[in-house]
Amino acid sequence: ISALLKSCGRRKATTRRWRPERGPGRLSGGTGKTPPSSGCARRRRRPPPSRSRRYLGCGGAHSGSRPGAPAGLRLPACPALRLPARPAPGLLPRAPAGWRAALGLVTLLSFASRFHRLPEPPHVCWDETHFGKMGSYYINRTFFFDVHPPLGKMLIGLAGYLSGYDGTFPFQKPGDRYEQHNYMGMRGFCAFLGSCLVPFAYLTVLELSKSLPAALLTAFILIFDTGCITLSQYILLDPILMFFLMGAVLSMVKCNSCADRPFSASWWLWLSLTGVNLAGAMGVKFVGLFVVLLVGLNTIYNLWDLLGNLSLSLVMFGKHFLARVLCLILLPLTLYVAMFAVHFAVLNKSGPGDGFFSSAFQSQLIGNNLHNVSIPEHLAYGSVVTMKNLRMAGGYLHSHWHLYPEGVGARQQQVTAYLHKDLNNLWIIKKHDSDTADLLDSSSPVEFVRHGDIIRLEHKETSRNLHSHQHEAPLTRKHFQVTGYGINGTGDSNDFWRIEVVGRRAGKLIKVLRSKIRLTHVATGCILGSSGKTLPKWGWEQVEVTCTPYVKETPNSLWNFEDHINPKLPNISLDVLKPSFVEILLESHMVMIRGNSGLKPKDNEVTSKPWHWPINYQGLRFSGVNETDYRVYLLGNPVVWWLNLFTIGLYLLIAISTAVVLKRGVQLTSEHKGELSRVVLRGGGQVALGWLLHYLPFFMMGRVLYFHHYFPAMLFSSMLTGITWDTLLKFFSQFLSPSTTARRVYGGGILTLILLITYSFYLFHPLSYGMIGPMASDPSSPMAGLRWMDSWEF
Amino acid sequence: VGSKKQGRPGQTFDRMLGFLKKPVVVTAEINLSLVALTVVGLMSRLWGLSYPRAVVFDEVYYGQFVSLYMKRIFFVDDSGPPLGHMLLALGGYLGGFDGNFLWNRIGAEYSTNVPVCSLRFLPALAGALCIPLAYQILVELRFSHCAALGAALLILLENSLITQSRFMLLESILIFFILLAVLSYLKFYNLQRHRVKYMGLFTYMLLLVIAGLHFWHMLGDQNLSNVSLVCHFLARGLTLLIIPVATYLSFFYVHLTLLYRSGPHDQIMTSAFQASLEGGLARITQGQPLEVAYGSQITLRNVLGKPMQCWLHSHTNTYPIRYENGRGSSHQQQVTCYPFKDVNNWWIVKDPGMQQLVVSNPPRPVRHGHIVQLVHGITTRYLNTHDVAAPLSPHSQEVSCYIDYNISMPAQNLWRVEIVNRESDTDVWKTILSEVRFVHVNTSAVLKLSGASLPEWGYRQLEVVGEKLSKGYHQSMVWNVEEHRYGKSQEQKEREVELHSPTRMDISKNLSFMAKFTELQWKILTLKNEDTEHKYSSSALDWITMDTNIAYWLHPTSGAQIHLLGNVCTWASANVAAVVYTCLSLWYLIRRRRKIYDIPEDAWQLWVSAGQICVGGWVVNYLPFFLMEKTLFLYHYLPALTFQILLIPIVLQHLSDHLCRSLLSKSMFSALTVAWFSSVCFAYRTFSPVTYGEPLSVAELKDLRWKDSWNILIRKQGH
Repeated sequence: ISALLKSCGRRKATTRRWRPERGPGRLSGGTGKTPPSSGCARRRRRPPPSRSRRYLGCGGAHSGSRPGAPAGLRLPACPALRLPARPAPGLLPRAPAGWRAALGLVTLLSFASRFHRLPEPPHVCWDETHFGKMGSYYINRTFFFDVHPPLGKMLIGLAGYLSGYDGTFPFQKPGDRYEQHNYMGMRGFCAFLGSCLVPFAYLTVLELSKSLPAALLTAFILIFDTGCITLSQYILLDPILMFFLMGAVLSMVKCNSCADRPFSASWWLWLSLTGVNLAGAMGVKFVGLFVVLLVGLNTIYNLWDLLGNLSLSLVMFGKHFLARVLCLILLPLTLYVAMFAVHFAVLNKSGPGDGFFSSAFQSQLIGNNLHNVSIPEHLAYGSVVTMKNLRMAGGYLHSHWHLYPEGVGARQQQVTAYLHKDLNNLWIIKKHDSDTADLLDSSSPVEFVRHGDIIRLEHKETSRNLHSHQHEAPLTRKHFQVTGYGINGTGDSNDFWRIEVVGRRAGKLIKVLRSKIRLTHVATGCILGSSGKTLPKWGWEQVEVTCTPYVKETPNSLWNFEDHINPKLPNISLDVLKPSFVEILLESHMVMIRGNSGLKPKDNEVTSKPWHWPINYQGLRFSGVNETDYRVYLLGNPVVWWLNLFTIGLYLLIAISTAVVLKRGVQLTSEHKGELSRVVLRGGGQVALGWLLHYLPFFMMGRVLYFHHYFPAMLFSSMLTGITWDTLLKFFSQFLSPSTTARRVYGGGILTLILLITYSFYLFHPLSYGMIGPMASDPSSPMAGLRWMDSWEF
Repeated sequence: VGSKKQGRPGQTFDRMLGFLKKPVVVTAEINLSLVALTVVGLMSRLWGLSYPRAVVFDEVYYGQFVSLYMKRIFFVDDSGPPLGHMLLALGGYLGGFDGNFLWNRIGAEYSTNVPVCSLRFLPALAGALCIPLAYQILVELRFSHCAALGAALLILLENSLITQSRFMLLESILIFFILLAVLSYLKFYNLQRHRVKYMGLFTYMLLLVIAGLHFWHMLGDQNLSNVSLVCHFLARGLTLLIIPVATYLSFFYVHLTLLYRSGPHDQIMTSAFQASLEGGLARITQGQPLEVAYGSQITLRNVLGKPMQCWLHSHTNTYPIRYENGRGSSHQQQVTCYPFKDVNNWWIVKDPGMQQLVVSNPPRPVRHGHIVQLVHGITTRYLNTHDVAAPLSPHSQEVSCYIDYNISMPAQNLWRVEIVNRESDTDVWKTILSEVRFVHVNTSAVLKLSGASLPEWGYRQLEVVGEKLSKGYHQSMVWNVEEHRYGKSQEQKEREVELHSPTRMDISKNLSFMAKFTELQWKILTLKNEDTEHKYSSSALDWITMDTNIAYWLHPTSGAQIHLLGNVCTWASANVAAVVYTCLSLWYLIRRRRKIYDIPEDAWQLWVSAGQICVGGWVVNYLPFFLMEKTLFLYHYLPALTFQILLIPIVLQHLSDHLCRSLLSKSMFSALTVAWFSSVCFAYRTFSPVTYGEPLSVAELKDLRWKDSWNILIRKQGH
């Protein structure tokens, strides 16, 4: 082992010569052979070639595929080694074969573990109720709203469509049985992507550490983690997200290895694949942003490196720069925009998500009452209108016969914001000083409402005027109450509102749908707005409407006119209002971002905290509660997770000591130095950074968090575990004197870890594959002794 | 080589200047200018300090705390640790303030017993001392005296800093300590950290990072031995970590020692904490028996204390047979959580195996894991829960006091006591100290406060439910015994009399300082104020361009008013300086990477270290506000602004030293600088009426409204 370890530097020099013959196969490579005359080789006690086959994992065998690695790997003390040498022909095919065999093995195991008992349980589990439903929406082409970008759900829909699912299952609540509906296509698709994580992680670690044992350890950790298995087996966004995320990391690492051959075919391939995967990750969930950040930092680092390379002309540097802009910014952006284009093209029917979007957007949806209608463009006195609040998911200004209850302001008629279309949303615009009767007279001339006019709004159904006064609002105590007041349109001076269009001068006409309106109460100077808070039962859980004394420009206090009925005015088609694609894109992002931040935990609600996650404190119930149910519980394999947690600390220690040792200039053999700085600091550092980027931001998030948010970070943590233990064992085993003992300790250590993980999986596998029967607290349960933490609920 | 040649003329020029200036004159001038700056600064901050003799803006808020300090009444303020409040209180103490003033309204006239001047003196002093500090910081950063003088003058003429210093507010103290810390670090590489508000923490982090970087460079120095490195490391650890922590703790120690009486914020603290304060709960709980035994009469307080503190309660009314939405109930006796002390809050701990409701002799204590029944004292009904949906949280079980209606609904009234903060599994259930979960034996539901308040039929008391799928630990599921006595009467009538009588017995307990500190610290960090909207609140983005202002005070009759409004010219130049600094740094960095050195190495080092402090200080004092969800005001930006202002002379000097090559351009640049500085003075003069509150006519006020978004109060004509 140690010999192989040391032979790193050599091969890269040897391989340089025959690079052109090898083609792009990144895994091919081989152990070069130094001429026996080389002093260095002798000093190194290089094992005979026949033996070296057995240790394919050590950096050696692989480095053939990355000629010209970092300068740290070169052996200045040993110039003879840089001489090109003929590769030993016998070794070439064997090494990659071993790697390929290992790759095949882990892939097989991964697929087997993910597809085992995939149809169980045959009912809706946990969030399948959302994402399965959204998949159906795509098949039925009905418009809906979700806080995540569309790619994941589109792919689920596509998988369902291709596998013959017809989109008719309602996915109402967890526990509903699928019966004759074909759900296996969607689950199978997710499981397929989830299975790919293991080979991806295997290849990434192999690329970073050049060590087969490290890669195998990582692969086995992921194969036998109950959490990863459970999360991959259902119709969820997470396997899709993690697929793209790991794809991006793998391509990035591969591309880094091609750094010595810029602008070659494989370089372009990996660079553009990175971009494609980034777009995919961003397109599934906004959490994909963290991997974008990781790749971005890596790119900046690479560019900075290139800039410092004085042998590279500025023109060449410019080319490098442009290539990255093209592949990592423009390409993903195009793809990202394209998937939204597909999203909006597919979903062309009105559905449950309409109300979240602006009036102009709704006019695009078939079946929406704004679709293909024509209405008068300019607002006039006597018009019957509905007013929509401009805040995200803002409702229509609404009133009904019910009064505010005793003790809540004045006992007058309620005014609320209501998300659904209703006859009670209709209001009539009147002048403040004259009545409607003469306005509706067909002979009188049409009089348009102008910016700055003072008007009254009469509720059409109840004939009460929109009214405000200095009583406190029901929920937002610092605002004023808004009520319906008066009889048959006769009220008092508190019914007067000044109508203003944002960003207009006085005297301008007011356009339906397009003008943003502010209504200022004349007597108190407050502004009509919707606070967004839900009223209690007495208000039918509609949204509170208040008059805010704080004069600020927020969407809460802006409105637009949506429906507009006035027989005296000519109608125009709404198509002229058609928003451009860019506007739609921006609007949908605003809606998603606000929706995300709107998911706030309630008081007295037990929520998952980020510090719970790495210690595997608490799982998520996917299915079943009672003893007779088929129960699935999302929980990481505790052995794996605690090993990961411990390794993070260990890595920190190793990394700090390595950094200090290198900084202090402690005398080390140069290949130690190279190995340490390459694997521990560079490779491990990249992975550790990935873990940090996918974990720390959750501490700052205000939204509701769940255990499964940690899984992307867990992937990085597992890769770090592989790399760290491999380095550690390798490092300590080389102090043992006979090389056979050293090899045994090294190999044995890795094997012990793998066996440990496998055994713990054997213990905990019912968590993923389902449990029926008594709970773990019951001694007769097969899981009886395994409830190691009180907080686990299985 | 090229760069060295360019550097040389500048150096010789400096040397020539040095020759001219070195004798006596130079040293005398430094001291004089520093003294002059301090004097002018003191004048600008202390001038007419007691005007206006009325409550100005947030004085209404801090004043309450000063009064509470004077009266030694305990309070909790989530805006930060107590040093700032204590300093303000010190001013009041020295001025002989007795704390008797009702802080209820901005603009209220101070009564004669309030020593306005001394209350405002300390913040004003701190604000004035920022000026020499700024000067010294620039000198320590090895910039010229001219630049240092410029920095001090810019701070001097910054209207917003003046306004903020002249009243009983904390920001000037905060800025003073931040600058002092930076200066101390620069000067001695060791520092004393003080904290006034938690914003100070960010500067502290910055300094830690810088110290870390310095140490990292030192590591690379092969000449230093390992031992001396370890010493360096330990010394830094000691000064940068241990001393600040110790100081921080000592502030809390003083705070808790000073405030020993119970007060308005008692209820958010745990019973144990309350019991340690004089008056309030301590009066009631003094001398209670410690160990809860079978037969004990207790009141149970929910540990969460949100939405308000409350006690487990029951009364003779029953749940309505049908709720408004048509769901049915068990129609048994209501169990709620009631926010006031009441005789109906009393419960008796009963052993399920025995009939007696009195404490035996010797008492049999209840331990962790024991199964008990809880009997409501007044109605003698058992606390019960069953598989019936709770009134407002249908996913949880209803909790009731069991009434036997002879329908097939048996009593399920056994509860297992689980002590959450136990040390061993045989711990005894203790009054006040033990936090207890009640787990229902039949359904393993946990007694929980849902936080919803019941409708009319439940008298708007808080709902209590049995949480079936108990997910981990949450304070709403944890209860502690607050009042406690050993029950003596078996007979119901006597027991009622006993329940109505006040408790008294004789053991007292005191919490250790660390326990109190941890709890107070935790409460300060987790206390969430209602998301309040304020007329003058602003978003962090508005601050850079000063799109917002705050009206601090308005004279009731004349037009005199005080606004927090910065020196427009300084704010704009500070932004320009930050942009120039960033662009130039990037430019240099990229060029240096290509081995092109535009400026000499020492100038580069100077440039970088100045940036670390000033840009770093700006970033760490500004960016965190984007993550905060509290109500933000313009004055939160002032610490960041101070650092940004320090950057202006740094950039100016750099430009004149290194970018103006010829003598002509140099003098041109100096002329421009002078012109720019006079515009700063002009802006200061223009806005000083609203800084000092001088009376202004309507026309003058209208002229001051340079931006439409500023809210200058103009009285309507004819009113």
